Amino acid sequence: MPNAYVYDAIRSPRGRRNGSLREVSAVRLSAMMIDAVLERSGIGTDCVEDVIWGNVTQVGEQGGCLARAAVLLSGLDDGVPGVSVNRFCASGLEAVNLAANQIRAGDGESYIAGGVEMMSRVPMGSDGTPYAVDPQLAMGTHFVPQGIGADIIATEFGFSREQCDRYAMESQRRAATAWNEGRFSGSIVPVKDHNGILILGTDEHIRPETCMQALAGLEPSFRTIGESMPGFDRVAIMKYPHLERIEHVHHPGNSSGIVDGAAAVLIGSDGFGRMTEARPRARVRSCARVGSDPTIMLTGPVPAARTALERAGMTIDDIDVFEINEAFSAVPLRFMQAFDLDTDRVNVNGGAIAMGHPLGATGAMILGTALDELERSDGETALIALCVGGGMGVATIIERVSGTK
Amino acid sequence: MMADFHYSTDADGVATITWDVPGRTMNILRIEGFIELGNCINAAMSDDNVRGIVITSGKGSFSGGMDLAGFEELTRLGFRESPGAVLEQMMGIHRLLRGLETGGKAANEFEGRKPVVAAIPGTAVGIGFELPLACHRIICADKPDVGIGLPEIKVGLFPGAGGTTRLIRKLGLAAAGPWLFKGTLADPRTALSSGLVDEVVEPDRLLESARKWVLEASEDDLIKPWDRKGYRIPGGTPYDREGFESFVGAPVMINSRTFGVYPAAKACLSAIYEGSLVPFDTAIKIEARWFTSLLMEPSTASMIRTVFTDRKALGKGVRRPAGIEAQRIARLGVVGAGMMGAGIAQVAAKAGMDVVLLDRDQDRANGGKERVAGMLERQAGRGGSSREAVRETLSRIRPSSVLSDLRGCELVIEAVFEDPKVKTGVIAEVAACAGSDCVIASNTSTLPINGLAKAALHAGNFLGMHFFSPVDRMMLVEIIRGSGTGDKAVARAIDFVRAIRKVPIIVNDARFFYANRCIIPYLNEGIRMVGEGVSPALVENAAKLMGMPVGPLQLVDETSIDLAANIAAATKSALGNDYVDGDVDRIIDFLVKKGRLGRKVGAGFYEYGPKGKRVGLWPGLAAEFRPLSPQPDIEEVKNRLLLIQVLEAVRSLEEGVLTDVREGDVGAVLGWGLAVWAGGPFSWLDMIGAAAAADLSHELSACHGPRFKAPRLLLTKAANGEKFTAGGATRSAGA
Repeated sequence: MPNAYVYDAIRSPRGRRNGSLREVSAVRLSAMMIDAVLERSGIGTDCVEDVIWGNVTQVGEQGGCLARAAVLLSGLDDGVPGVSVNRFCASGLEAVNLAANQIRAGDGESYIAGGVEMMSRVPMGSDGTPYAVDPQLAMGTHFVPQGIGADIIATEFGFSREQCDRYAMESQRRAATAWNEGRFSGSIVPVKDHNGILILGTDEHIRPETCMQALAGLEPSFRTIGESMPGFDRVAIMKYPHLERIEHVHHPGNSSGIVDGAAAVLIGSDGFGRMTEARPRARVRSCARVGSDPTIMLTGPVPAARTALERAGMTIDDIDVFEINEAFSAVPLRFMQAFDLDTDRVNVNGGAIAMGHPLGATGAMILGTALDELERSDGETALIALCVGGGMGVATIIERVSGTK
Repeated sequence: MMADFHYSTDADGVATITWDVPGRTMNILRIEGFIELGNCINAAMSDDNVRGIVITSGKGSFSGGMDLAGFEELTRLGFRESPGAVLEQMMGIHRLLRGLETGGKAANEFEGRKPVVAAIPGTAVGIGFELPLACHRIICADKPDVGIGLPEIKVGLFPGAGGTTRLIRKLGLAAAGPWLFKGTLADPRTALSSGLVDEVVEPDRLLESARKWVLEASEDDLIKPWDRKGYRIPGGTPYDREGFESFVGAPVMINSRTFGVYPAAKACLSAIYEGSLVPFDTAIKIEARWFTSLLMEPSTASMIRTVFTDRKALGKGVRRPAGIEAQRIARLGVVGAGMMGAGIAQVAAKAGMDVVLLDRDQDRANGGKERVAGMLERQAGRGGSSREAVRETLSRIRPSSVLSDLRGCELVIEAVFEDPKVKTGVIAEVAACAGSDCVIASNTSTLPINGLAKAALHAGNFLGMHFFSPVDRMMLVEIIRGSGTGDKAVARAIDFVRAIRKVPIIVNDARFFYANRCIIPYLNEGIRMVGEGVSPALVENAAKLMGMPVGPLQLVDETSIDLAANIAAATKSALGNDYVDGDVDRIIDFLVKKGRLGRKVGAGFYEYGPKGKRVGLWPGLAAEFRPLSPQPDIEEVKNRLLLIQVLEAVRSLEEGVLTDVREGDVGAVLGWGLAVWAGGPFSWLDMIGAAAAADLSHELSACHGPRFKAPRLLLTKAANGEKFTAGGATRSAGA
């Protein structure tokens, strides 16, 4: 089987909700990322097989196969097609996995994979979905919103509000440190207007000053819809009858931020490197996607990681760097608990709690973050995993390539 | 042949279709009647001289709805032929009503339609309201004590003759929801202000107003909003900003109210949701498909039979001993003015009886009456009855401490403290002063009637009456016939229960009679599991997911832990070596020692807040009874809680405590809410089949002890492939 390599991974800074990137359209930010990949790698505008673009809320300006629109607006030739993919929060990583697997199957030499989500411009959920409203589906799966799912994880696996808050504070601290030390600078593509004037150059959502007292003062976000109207907790307890109640521990301070952003990854074969003189940075060792319990919804990273490890013939101890998307504090906490991991191997540069989670882009973003960290810390392997709405999980294992390829 | 519908026309060209089912006080729609209705409508639509139609009733009410026996017939048709046959029946109804709604024309043809008015003289429920909903206008007689609405959900159905689709399109999900999912009925004025009907008029002007409207209606009046261009459902649809929230909330509320055991609400909501995304005629088809699926559920026919047919039969006194004249209770004596006594006095006075409420001293007796006043006023505050009616009810209750005031009572119910010594003392005193014709009843939930009967002078006139708490809300009264109780006394007790509009069941005297014989093992099984280390939350939630209204631990807390201890002690001394609940006593003793006597002291299995509100299960339980790891599967917990009751019900029948299966089902459903969704314990057994139930009890007895051993009666039914109920449905019959 041919190998698939990561040749480059870049991202935009993440603009806070209704912040600096509100003025930038989804297609333009996407095209900007594609152009940055072309420029940095110096490859020809026609030597990409396809653009696989993660995007969740595919309506309005993000609707109608945004990927193709982005190709047309970018410097790529019109001969490159473009496909939008939606695996909810893991769409960006799914795009990378699909691209890698195309290459592993010998279908094409290179792909641009990535994603975008302009959450200030296209509100989450505005595409409509039957999960919560179709009675057969909603009642059959005991549908509860993701936040309640995160609270169920905390209840079921015993994470207190204090633990969740402490995790969130650490995410903020690590993200601030990473920025201060310039750890992201090699991968950030500043967003500029048509005149070349800077719009945003750094992540806008971070709050390095976050302290435990401030977090402790925040009201749990899902208590009202859980306990009173419409009372999702009662539905959750039907599914998990050994629980007496759901502890509502998540709030905006220990949940991922709603932000705007995009990311792109250049994936190619061995031959692609030889043809273009681009240098591979990492090899994709394995990928996995799983369906998991749809009610608790966010426990997918653990089984997805297990599958990815098995396929790579590795154990958890073989992994140096972990990027587990911080959708809610309880998600990485559960991951660390399940694999008995030390906190200093997981999300070492902070995550979505501090910097935000632009749904369709995050998977590609944190793959890049993991790769940068491997290079910085001279590690070998990284595992990237995200929880996914509807009860799914996606994971990828990459391995740093050194020397000549 | 006597027709259900009569057709006439007048000189102005108004056709009147009068619904008047012979030999009934209330119109119900039978399959044959439906064909007649169709013929009348066709006659009017095809007659060029007819300008419009008034549909009304020849009775003081409009209609009590579908003949529920007809539904049973439909379910049988479904099982015998195919679901397609049921669907075709339903589509036939839809075509007829849609033809009415479009004034005899096509849905997009607005010219030359004939106006159709429903003139409702009184109660109009179920299909009796779905028919008016298909008319162009609903005019209602202004009478206060009339119910209008769609109560199908209460018998495990939903409005399937277009009522669901039309009401949603008329009002929107948020406003239509309570009428469809709670089955609430409205009086005419409420119906008008809620948009259920269009006009309310003086009763004697009903027909005149209807005719006038028919003659004056414009072309525009005959187009339903949903047949107009650009129509949107009020309050929005699932995928627009306006409607999203209600459509997200509805499955949650229905799930958490039905605990997944009642299929009707889910089917109804599916019809609504799927229907809201398509035009009217497609929505009707969807409604019919979901309605058909409901009729194909064996539980639907069972629930209708128990909750409607059998309950009604028992309520009418079908089990009353034959050949005894109806007995009116003009004057009732109640001894003991505590909670139960006051409750009994309240319902009797409300039914128009004079009540002597007696207690040891005048203060206590007065206190009982004040308790009644408090309850009545709270009800009045909720809109239950007028202040005037409350005053009148209260004026019928005479508090007293003088035994001789009981003279002249046809029935005296003693409701004193549940202690054999106290009770026999009171019974002897009452018997000595009341006349020889007076029937004396003991309100007891556990004490053997034959033991108490010794204190009564005339054992033939003595029996037990087990009221459930709270008396004003609980519909069941268990009448316990002692070995010496005479038929006349039983008949009088039944007549009394009928007069207070409750449902009597007659059981023979044996330990704990019927209800508590099943409830106590349920409580004990829950407590026993706590002792085994099953998570108390799992026990409570499993009970609810099995369809019980209250978990066993909550129920013990409410009836109090010391009562449980007393009952256990009494049972132990009565049964000696046969006593099987020693492992339960360990947990009860532990709670008693800790002073956790239940809700009344603010501590029991649960912890309570300052106002007696349950705040959560007591964590001390997990510390004392080491949690099992892993915890048992929920299905096993549910099966234990269900079978322990069902097997006891079978034993009651086997031992002759119960003598009628209908009483076993109706009693369990009304008394403590056992397997309501299946139509009660015996209907449930018929649904899964005696053989499967016997297997289940064999499994459980192997794991958990001989208390789950299958009674011989169950094994016999299993061996012979027999059912407990008449006409019970089995799942395999449909498969």
